[in-house]
Amino acid sequence: MGAFSDLLLIAAEEAEHAEIHAGDGGWWADTAGIMLILPFVAYLLIIFFGKRLKYQGGEFAVGALAINLLWATVLFVMNMTGGVLDQTTFEIARIGSDLVFELGWVVDGLSIMMYFLVNFVGLLVFIYALGYMEGDVRVANFFASFSIFAGAMLVLVGAPNLIQLIVGWEGVGLASYLLIGHYWEDMDNVKAGNKAFMTNKVADVGLILGAILLGLAIGDFDFGHLSEAAVAGNVELNAVALTGGFLLFFGAMGKSAQFPLHIWLPDAMAGPTPVSALMHAATMVTAGIYLMARVFPLFQNMAQDARPWMIAIGAITLFAIGLLALVANDIKKVLAYSTVSQLGYMMTAVAAGGYTAGLFHLFTHAFFKALLFLGAGSVIHAVHSNDMKDMGGLRKYMPTTYWTFIVGSLALAGIFPLAGFWSKDEILATLGHEGYTTVMWIAIAGAFVTAFYMTRAVALTFFGEYKGHGKPHESGKLMARPLIGLAIPSIFVGVLNIPGVDWPGIGNFTEWLGVRVVAMGDYHPESVDFGLAAVGLAAALLGIVVGWMIWGADRKTQEERDSFAVPVLYPLLRQKYYIDHAALGIVGATTGPLARFVDWTNTYIIDGIVNGVGALTRGLGTFVYGILDQRGVDGIFNGLSAVADSAGSGLRKLQTGRIQQYAASFVAGAIVLAVVFVLVS
Amino acid sequence: MLVNQFLILAAALFSLGVYGLLVRRNIVLILLSVELMLNAVNINLVAFESMIRSADATGQIFTIFIITVAAAEVGIGLAIVLMIFRNRRSADVSDLNLMRW
Repeated sequence: MGAFSDLLLIAAEEAEHAEIHAGDGGWWADTAGIMLILPFVAYLLIIFFGKRLKYQGGEFAVGALAINLLWATVLFVMNMTGGVLDQTTFEIARIGSDLVFELGWVVDGLSIMMYFLVNFVGLLVFIYALGYMEGDVRVANFFASFSIFAGAMLVLVGAPNLIQLIVGWEGVGLASYLLIGHYWEDMDNVKAGNKAFMTNKVADVGLILGAILLGLAIGDFDFGHLSEAAVAGNVELNAVALTGGFLLFFGAMGKSAQFPLHIWLPDAMAGPTPVSALMHAATMVTAGIYLMARVFPLFQNMAQDARPWMIAIGAITLFAIGLLALVANDIKKVLAYSTVSQLGYMMTAVAAGGYTAGLFHLFTHAFFKALLFLGAGSVIHAVHSNDMKDMGGLRKYMPTTYWTFIVGSLALAGIFPLAGFWSKDEILATLGHEGYTTVMWIAIAGAFVTAFYMTRAVALTFFGEYKGHGKPHESGKLMARPLIGLAIPSIFVGVLNIPGVDWPGIGNFTEWLGVRVVAMGDYHPESVDFGLAAVGLAAALLGIVVGWMIWGADRKTQEERDSFAVPVLYPLLRQKYYIDHAALGIVGATTGPLARFVDWTNTYIIDGIVNGVGALTRGLGTFVYGILDQRGVDGIFNGLSAVADSAGSGLRKLQTGRIQQYAASFVAGAIVLAVVFVLVS
Repeated sequence: MLVNQFLILAAALFSLGVYGLLVRRNIVLILLSVELMLNAVNINLVAFESMIRSADATGQIFTIFIITVAAAEVGIGLAIVLMIFRNRRSADVSDLNLMRW
C-alpha cells in the first residue's frame, strides 16, 4: 500500500486539469484480489473432485466466476457512480536495493472494465460449455484448463506491474495451448496448439525484453510509475521509451493476432467452440490491446514515433485479414478472421490516440463476438460439422440461435443502434480527428467487408435449404440462455458511450475508463459526427445489400457457391455465373480475387518466411543437439559414468553377503586403530 | 584399589564375545556374543568409576544406559531372528547371503 499513496498524489495533481475524481473502493477494492485467486481454487477442486460430479467439475468453474462477477459488478457500479482507484501490492522479492518485484491487483477504470468483461462473458460461456461439453472426452480436464484460462486473464488484467502481467500473459498462453489441443487424438489439433504457442512465444520475447528495458530505465516495473515517468517526459529516456514501446507492441502483436503474427488464430479454431468464444471475446486476444491501453501514456507522451507503424499494422490487419473471411468455408474460421480484423480496428484506434475508442470497441466486440461464436457452436452442435456447405436453412430448426446470431451479426457489422455501430463510429471519428484520413477510409472499407462476410455467413448458415445429414434441432436451455444473455448487451451497451451524452448519475464509458493514476490525454469526440456516422452506416448497409444479392439465392452445390468466391480462376467453366457476377456488381468481382491474393500471400509468403525461420532454427537445433549435446555434453557425462561404473563393479565384490566377514573386517579395523593409537600416544 | 583384575576379566569377556561373533553360525549365539561384549564394557565402566568416584556417578549411569540399549537391541534382534527363522526355516548366518553383489 506504500506505493499507493504516491499514486493518489499524482491522481490528485492531475485531477485539477483532467477531472479524475475517484474513491478508493473500500472493502470491495481491498478484497478484489479474490477474483484473481478463485479460478485457480476452482482448478484444484476440479482436478481433485471434478470427476464425481454431474458436469465433471464444471460446477466449480461456474461457481468461481459467479462469485467473481459479484465483485466485478459491484466495482463496475461503484466506478460508474464515483470512480474507483486503488492498488494493493505485496512485495515478493527484492533484487539489489531498489528493484522490487511485487504481486497484487490494481483497481481502476481500465481493470474494472476488464474484470467485468472477463467475468461476465466468462460466466455465460462457462454455463454454455456445461451443455456443449456434456458427454465429450476429458470434460474435467477441459474445465480445469478453462478455469486457468479465465484466472490467468484476470491475473493479467489485475497486474499492477509488468512482471505480473507477464505471469498472466504466459498463463493465458499455456491455457490456450491446452485447450486448442483438447482433442489431441487428431494430430492437426496438436499442431494447431503448437502453432499458437510458438507464434505467441516469438512475440513474448518482445514483451519480456520491453518489460526489462522499461523496468530498468525507470527503476520499477509498476504501471503507475511507468505512466508517471511517461507523463514527466524525461528527454534522455526518449530512445529507451521508443525501443521499449516497439518491443511491447511486438508482444501485443502476437497475443492480439496482428498481421503478420495473426497466423495462429484461425488454426486455433481446432479447440472446442466455447474456447474460441472466450478466447476471441474476453481472454487471450484482448490481452495485447489491454497492454497497449495500460501503457497508453507511454505512446501518447514519449514513444510517438512508434504510432505510425502500429497504425499501419492495424490498418493492414483490419482490411486485408477481413477479406480472408470472404473465402473461408468453416463458419468458425469466418468468425476468426473477423476477430483478427476487429482487433486491427482496436489496435489502430489505440495507436492513433483513441484510448477510449479502442477499448470501447473491445468492450462491445466481446459481447457480440462471444455471442456469434456460441451461436456457431450451437449450429455445429446440431449439424455435427464446421463447414457451411453442410448447413443452410437452419432458421426454421433453430429459432433462438438464428435470432441471436442475427443480432450478433448486425452488431458486428455496425448497424444502428446496436453496440458495434457506436464503437466503430467512435474509432472512425478518432481516426478522422487525429488526421489519419487514409486509415479512416480503410476502416470504412473494412466496415463494408465486415458486413459483407457476415451476410455471407448468415445466408449460408440460416437461409436456403438444409444440406447436412439428419434433422438439426435447437440446443438445450444451458446453451440457448447464454445466447440470449449475450444478445441483450450486444444490442444495448453501445448507448453507454454516445459522444456527448452523460447518463444521469453514471456519466458515460469515457469517464469510467478515464479513472487512471494519470490522465490519459486521449481524444474522444464530444458530439456525434452525423456525416461520418452516416458514411460508416452506409458502408455497412451496402455490404449487407451486396452480400445478400450474391448469397441470398440458395446455391445447393459447392461449385455454385465457389463460382462467386473465385470468379477469375474459373471464368470459362462457369460463364453463367460470371455474367451473373458482373451484373451483381464490381465489388463481388474484385473482392474475391483480392481475397484470394491475400490468402495466397498469407499462405505462401508469410508462412514461407515463418517456415524459413523455422527451418533455420531447426538446422541450428540439429547442430546443437547432434554435435554439442550428443558428442560434447553427453560425452563428458558418459565418460564420468563409465568411470563410476567400472569402479563400482570392482568395489561391489567386497559385498559378499557374509555378515561375519563384515564383522571380521570391522574388528580388524578396530584393532589396527587401537594399535596405531597406542603407538602414536 | 586394584583395577587390573577387573580389566583383565573385561578383556577376556570381550575377546570371547568377538570370538563368538566371528565364528558362531547360529544367529542367536551371535546375539549372545554381542551381549558379552557389551557387558565387558559395562565391567570396565563400573571398575573405573569405583576408582575415580566422580561426583555424579557417570560410570554407573552409563552402565544403566547400556543395559537399557542392550535390552532394546536384543528385543529387536530376536524379533528379526524369529522372522528370518519363520521364513527360511534356518537361523544360520551362512544361509543369509541374499544381500550381496
